[in-house]
Amino acid sequence: MVLIGVLLIMIGFVLRINSAVVVTISALVTGMIAGIPITSIITQFGEAFTTNRYMSILLVTLPVIGLLEKNGLQQQASKLVSKIKAITVGRVLTMYLLIREIGAALGLNSLGGHPQTVRPLIAPMAEGAITTKYGKLPEKEQQEIRAHAAAVDNIGLFFGEDIFVAVGAILLMNGFFEQNNISADPISMALWGIPTAIFAFIVHAIRLRMFDKRLNKRLGGK
Amino acid sequence: MIFSVEMIYILMGIIVLGCSLYIFTDRTNSRRWTTGSFYLIYSITLMFGKIIPPFYIGLMVIIMVLIIAGGGLKKSEHMEESITIKEERRKRLGGRLFLPAILIPILTLAGSKLLADVKIGGKALLDPSNVTMVALGLACLIAIIVAMWMTRGTPTTAVKESRRLLESIGWAVLLPQLLATLGTIFTNAGVGTVVSKAVTSIIPEDSLFLIVVIFCLGMTIFTMIMGNAFAAFPVMAAGIAIPFLINQFDANPNHIAAISMFAGYCGTLMTPMAANFNIVPAALLDLKDKNHVIKVQIPTALAVLVFNIILMYFLVSLGI
Repeated sequence: MVLIGVLLIMIGFVLRINSAVVVTISALVTGMIAGIPITSIITQFGEAFTTNRYMSILLVTLPVIGLLEKNGLQQQASKLVSKIKAITVGRVLTMYLLIREIGAALGLNSLGGHPQTVRPLIAPMAEGAITTKYGKLPEKEQQEIRAHAAAVDNIGLFFGEDIFVAVGAILLMNGFFEQNNISADPISMALWGIPTAIFAFIVHAIRLRMFDKRLNKRLGGK
Repeated sequence: MIFSVEMIYILMGIIVLGCSLYIFTDRTNSRRWTTGSFYLIYSITLMFGKIIPPFYIGLMVIIMVLIIAGGGLKKSEHMEESITIKEERRKRLGGRLFLPAILIPILTLAGSKLLADVKIGGKALLDPSNVTMVALGLACLIAIIVAMWMTRGTPTTAVKESRRLLESIGWAVLLPQLLATLGTIFTNAGVGTVVSKAVTSIIPEDSLFLIVVIFCLGMTIFTMIMGNAFAAFPVMAAGIAIPFLINQFDANPNHIAAISMFAGYCGTLMTPMAANFNIVPAALLDLKDKNHVIKVQIPTALAVLVFNIILMYFLVSLGI
């Protein structure tokens, strides 16, 4: 059964074996079980790997971000935020969530991103918002804040995206329905993404406020 | 076209090549030969992917994974610079540091929106097959020139700093491409058909609510397995949405489309298979727990999933 490949992935993740190794083994095993000759599997590896080079586009941002970080970009971002009165981690991240989600809804996906925005700017800003109040952060809280910064980028992007008509997802769904002789309208599809987008923002904004309260309790109580 | 996607891949390859060369010469890394080779091979697949036959690229991929499996990839020690030196540099440049960073999204947007259809001498300026990528690549080129001029840094410094960042991402840099490869193999091996058959066999044909639940949950789980919702949609839509929701219950495809894709995205938020969103950022942010981002996202993902199920159920059952 070809599903053994899926099973291998789940086992591999649970056993904490290196993900790259797990994925590769799963691909090889699945291909072999499906009766694909090994040379063909390896060729498919090569083809898919080459076709999907665009997924590693973040590499192109490394020199810029690296150079700026060496010159103190993260510290500058942190300082900038710490000057804002009544700023909190939750407020910084909620603001970014809003910008990211609205940006994505307008087709401006490049407004954010993990290597070029979250790491050098948003995460330091979130940390800066709280270090002014409580001084140096314990490691646990620092990790928590950074993970939240990354999460906000993803949530804003995912739930804002499908409101933009020309986005890949809408085009995919529209094309799929057309191929199956079902009439569909991309604009209508995009508009019906709005309820979920609003709900996602509200839910996560509430969670960010709760995060603020937790942080204040943990750090202020000491 | 004048600026093609291949040029951007070559740029990516050159950056990684530079990193690998610095690793080879770093005597403090006890695994510098295997680690350097890893990145060297990767840079070759990036630069010459179109030229080298796929079979050999496939072999190179396997060699890279073998290096990982054998523990040959070791992070070099990077001297953390003293805070005072960094603070001096920061004070010198202050807010101007943001300029090159902001240039990246601004120029990418300008390039991809305004220059998308520009032609010079009959040739398209930006590669039509992926305008955004070419725009981003060119934006980063311009940004690095501005950054070097502003910080008085040299290309050598830029490559050294790239190396620091690249090594912190480590083997995870391969994951997005590997997962896409896995998706292709899964599709070619018929995994999608098996899953959709299994799912459709357990659907009770009369309960609209259960069909909606299984459809949305199916999107989520399939996305978690494949790592991307785009792969899940055709399988779930063909297996459940069309025969049951649209044909049997007269659902409006426009309504259920976005909601179902969002159900898929809830899955993307919860799976390590979506490496670009969940694992690579964890490495970039030096998180000890590489699943930390996922853990933060799970409550929101589940809440939105429940909302989607309820919303879709009401839309279809009320015939809106």
